[in-house]
Amino acid sequence: MNPYNYLYVSALLFTIGAVGVVVRRNAIVVFMCVELMLNAANLTLVTFSRINGTLDGQVVAFFTMVVAACEVVVGLAIIVTIYRSRRSASVDDASLLKR
Amino acid sequence: MNALTSMMLLPLLGSLLVAVIPSDQTLRIKQAALGTTLLVAISGVMAWFKFDSANTSFQFVQIAQWIPSFGINYAVGVDGLALVLILMSVLLAPVVVLAGWNESEGGRWSAKVFYILILVLETMMIGVFAATDVFLFYVFFEAMLIPVYFLIGGYGSGERAAAAVKFLLYSLFGGLLMLASIIGLYVISGTHGGHTFDIGQLSELHKFMSPTTQNLLFLGFFIAFAIKAPVWPLHTWLPDAAAAATPGTSVLLLGVLDKVGTFGMIRFCLTLFPDASKTFTPVILVFAVISILYGAFLAIGARDIKRLIAYTSISHFGFITMGIFAMTTQGHSGATLYMFNHGFSTAALFLVAGWMISRRGSSTIADFGGLQRVTPVMAWSFFIAGMSSLALPGLSSFVSEFLVLVGTYTRYPVAAVIATFGIVLAALYILIPVQKALHGPTTPGNENLPDLNLREKIAIAPVIAVIVALGFYPAPLLNVINPASAHVLEVQGFTDPVPSESAGK
Amino acid sequence: MTTSTSLVYLIALPLLGATILLLAGRRSDKWGHLLATALSASSFGVGLYQLSQMLNRPTEERGVSQKLFSWISVGSFNVDAGLLLDQLSICFVLLITGVGTLIHIYSISYMSHDENRRRFFAYLNLFIAAMLLLVLGDSYLNLYVGWEGVGLASYLLIGFWNQKPAYATASKKAFVMNRVGDMGLSFAIMIAFATLGTVSFSGVEEASHTASKAALTAIGIMLLVAATGKSAQFPLQAWLGDAMAGPTPVSALIHAATMVTAGVYLIVRSNFIFDAAPTAQLLVVIVGAITLMFGALVGTAKDDIKKALAASTMSQIGYMVLGAGLGPAGYAFAIMHLLTHGFFKAGMFLGAGSVMHGMNDQVDMRRYGALRKFMPITFITFGLGYLAIIGVPPFAGFYSKDAIIETAFNAGGVKGILLGGTALLGAAITAFYMTRVMVLTFTSKERWEDNQHPHESPILMWLPMAILAIGSVTTGFLFTRGHALVNWLSPVVGEHAESEEMLLQPMVVSGLALLAVAIGVAIAVMKYQRADVETVAPQNVSIFTRIARKDLMQDSFNEAVFMRPGQALTSLLVKGDENVVDGAVRGIGRTALGAGASLRKTQTGFARSYAALILIGAIALIAGIWVVTQ
Repeated sequence: MNPYNYLYVSALLFTIGAVGVVVRRNAIVVFMCVELMLNAANLTLVTFSRINGTLDGQVVAFFTMVVAACEVVVGLAIIVTIYRSRRSASVDDASLLKR
Repeated sequence: MNALTSMMLLPLLGSLLVAVIPSDQTLRIKQAALGTTLLVAISGVMAWFKFDSANTSFQFVQIAQWIPSFGINYAVGVDGLALVLILMSVLLAPVVVLAGWNESEGGRWSAKVFYILILVLETMMIGVFAATDVFLFYVFFEAMLIPVYFLIGGYGSGERAAAAVKFLLYSLFGGLLMLASIIGLYVISGTHGGHTFDIGQLSELHKFMSPTTQNLLFLGFFIAFAIKAPVWPLHTWLPDAAAAATPGTSVLLLGVLDKVGTFGMIRFCLTLFPDASKTFTPVILVFAVISILYGAFLAIGARDIKRLIAYTSISHFGFITMGIFAMTTQGHSGATLYMFNHGFSTAALFLVAGWMISRRGSSTIADFGGLQRVTPVMAWSFFIAGMSSLALPGLSSFVSEFLVLVGTYTRYPVAAVIATFGIVLAALYILIPVQKALHGPTTPGNENLPDLNLREKIAIAPVIAVIVALGFYPAPLLNVINPASAHVLEVQGFTDPVPSESAGK
Repeated sequence: MTTSTSLVYLIALPLLGATILLLAGRRSDKWGHLLATALSASSFGVGLYQLSQMLNRPTEERGVSQKLFSWISVGSFNVDAGLLLDQLSICFVLLITGVGTLIHIYSISYMSHDENRRRFFAYLNLFIAAMLLLVLGDSYLNLYVGWEGVGLASYLLIGFWNQKPAYATASKKAFVMNRVGDMGLSFAIMIAFATLGTVSFSGVEEASHTASKAALTAIGIMLLVAATGKSAQFPLQAWLGDAMAGPTPVSALIHAATMVTAGVYLIVRSNFIFDAAPTAQLLVVIVGAITLMFGALVGTAKDDIKKALAASTMSQIGYMVLGAGLGPAGYAFAIMHLLTHGFFKAGMFLGAGSVMHGMNDQVDMRRYGALRKFMPITFITFGLGYLAIIGVPPFAGFYSKDAIIETAFNAGGVKGILLGGTALLGAAITAFYMTRVMVLTFTSKERWEDNQHPHESPILMWLPMAILAIGSVTTGFLFTRGHALVNWLSPVVGEHAESEEMLLQPMVVSGLALLAVAIGVAIAVMKYQRADVETVAPQNVSIFTRIARKDLMQDSFNEAVFMRPGQALTSLLVKGDENVVDGAVRGIGRTALGAGASLRKTQTGFARSYAALILIGAIALIAGIWVVTQ
């Protein structure tokens, strides 16, 4: 199969993720969209690894997965804490930084 | 131990001593600060006697490696010029402490912090004049801003925070330009005999610089010093800072810190960049003459007594700058002597004005009136200080002002002639406040102002004594200054103009 | 030149007095005036001793000098604190200390009711010291110290009663106008150093023989500017009238006998410069001639007795300056008139003080009249001074003023006729206004206010007046006997050269002068003795009288030309500094703040808008790269 098709899928996934981040209010959904974008990037890396016949891309993909796992842990914890204290998981409600 | 290093260490030790005294023992703190400054003053006078005025090279030299990889040294030493300014600084410090005995009250922090700042500042004042390593000089030059910033912002009056920030930003801007020039010097020194910041080696560098490079580096230094001095039109921080600061801080600010500017012009601008100095002399003289008249006019128009004194200083710094760039021995020696004398006459003016203000609770000149009858000693002190400021013959400022004028006239007659009009304006800007504050009927509310107490009399007496004594007998200072001035001009390749009418003989 | 070690005591004694009195403060209230008088008198004693020493030496060795220490020495600029006493300065030393001591004595009584009498005597001693330094300094710079020193003393004494705002303003005005003159002296010294390389009298005299005319003319003109300031000559004359705010003994000592004549001293001392610079010398004569008319005209319209005398002083100094501008022929006569004037004008001022003392400090002559009967001694002493000033033989003024008029006529050509004519006309006007003073005050009818009880002054006051009156009678005769003063001064000011061809014979000049005086006296007597004098100055008078009352518009002129533009410039600069210079600096600060404020608005705090911005930024970046790499 033409490896470029993976790239198209990856671009599609990334776009869906990016649009999701911008348009959705719920923090959990935004968070999932971020994950989607990360995985789109992973897919790209693996694809290029395949195209070029080197292992570099796959190694970086592993790094990304590790970082993403850490991020999920910290991020979900923050979201849960915010939800507990504010009874809301909307990202628009958490705009305190501007002050 | 080296005389200069020990002189710099003493106030630091004093500040440590002040730091360990409990904050509530204010009197002890003040006594410790006064004792320390007196000790420094004594060691300064001793250094004065040990100094060999016939020797034009640096004395009391001490060099220790500081950051060897950049060729930066802790290097100190003094010539006649630096010694005179250090002497002035260490003599003024105890006067300021004694005169401003209660200045720390009403500040944002305790008296302890105030005196620690003053003592640390004293160390830096000595260091900035004593440094013979350009980088060390720069460190002191910038570090001095910190205690002064807190002294103005923490203990001043009125718009003290704004004034402190203005002062800091102006000085930092100048310092930045100077830093760029210093780095430039460092880079150039690397290609001609190895990286160094030693002023003696750097003064040989100008032979390898293109005129453009030299001009640019010169401007970096000069603008920093012109802000510090201050020369028109870079002066507007001074009135604000002087009006907001406590009188004692103002004395240190105008009397000592601003001298770093004029000192730097001689030590760095002229020594490091002789050709650029010659190029810019006409422009600088124009700015100096404008400063003289402009400062005088603004002083005439000033309503606030502290601002008035600040403006008179702008006029006086114009004279000093003019004397420096006249490039004659009379101009140079006069300018150096002027720095010393201005320190004392401005100190006297500011301290007496400070006492007047603290008694009356206002710094507006119109609020005073008839003080000569109510508080004769205070009025006389102000009057004598004012007479010194307008350069009355017989008082110290006259000698220096006249030397500057004569020295300038021999080379730049037009500048000297215009500047001389400043002496008429000086009469106005001193006599107008004298008339409004000291003469006339006693303004209601002033009838019961107390005259100077013993502490204040003891503080002002030595200042006035110096003003009178040096007016009649300036030789002790001139003997030290003359060789240094002659040396600077010799390096510059200048000789005094020959009297035009005796040229044929 | 002979050296001496005792010259310094002349100055040191009064300076010591001033220092002690000022430092001791109220503690010296009881004995301060006595100490000051004693020190002034002892300075006079030293002066007499110096004179006796001088007389014992042959003519060419009469000058003595004393070097105290090296004052300023930088490069080739070397000025010693040195004193020089020669035939010229000894005249001044004796005048200053002699008249000064008499006025000290007078003041003991005159100021006895003033709680600050001690301070007054301290200032007087300070003045004596500064004035002696002025005439004894051996270089222009030393002279300058005394020059400004007397200015300071004058400032302090004019403003002695500075609780009155007008008096405080008068003292300030005097100081500032003097400073304008001092600026001239500064210039002269600067030019002298730049061109001749020295500022000492002897050095400049030596260099003047070879120096170019241009340099000497410049120095001469600047010295003249200095002289006009200190001696209240045109155009810097406006301060003298206001200076009468000071206590009357001050007016007598400083603003009549000594300080205001310093300008004449300066010109005569610098004779070597003016002799070599005819243009400068011509200007001196012109200034003298203008001022002598100016003062005389102002004098005719003044009702304040002190201001009338002040105008007269200005006019008489005009005569001296005129004389000094006539070169070697006139120097000695200028000094002679200066000395005789010192006696008679000081005497008259003290007389005026005595009258004021008896009349509750009234100064308006229109409220005097017929005081002859109540103050006989004052009347006689004042009258002798009056006869001297208008130039009636054999009183002192006749000899000295006549000599100047005669020299002026013989200056040659049109110049001589103009100057002589002016001097002659001035003499007539002098006679008029002095007779007016005399008549309004002592003869005519009583026009007192109700509570005035005129009485003669105590002996401490009339004794100095009497001594000065004797001087007014005798000095002219003594000085001219065998050309005593002319010969005495000739080693300093050059040989007195009689003009080869005289325009008018001395007898003719004397006759003309006496005729002019007679006319002046006659008009004044007709106008004021024969007719009733109103107690309030009439307002329906001619425009000339009104202008004369306003001092020939001198203050209006100064205000319009210097003061108002100066004030306008000051307020303009103050505003400019606030708005333009500082405004530019604050503008930079405001720009930075404004930029921050507007950029801050993009930070909404909404995470999604940040995300969108990041996205847009990333797309823009990629697009940019794409465009660039295409």
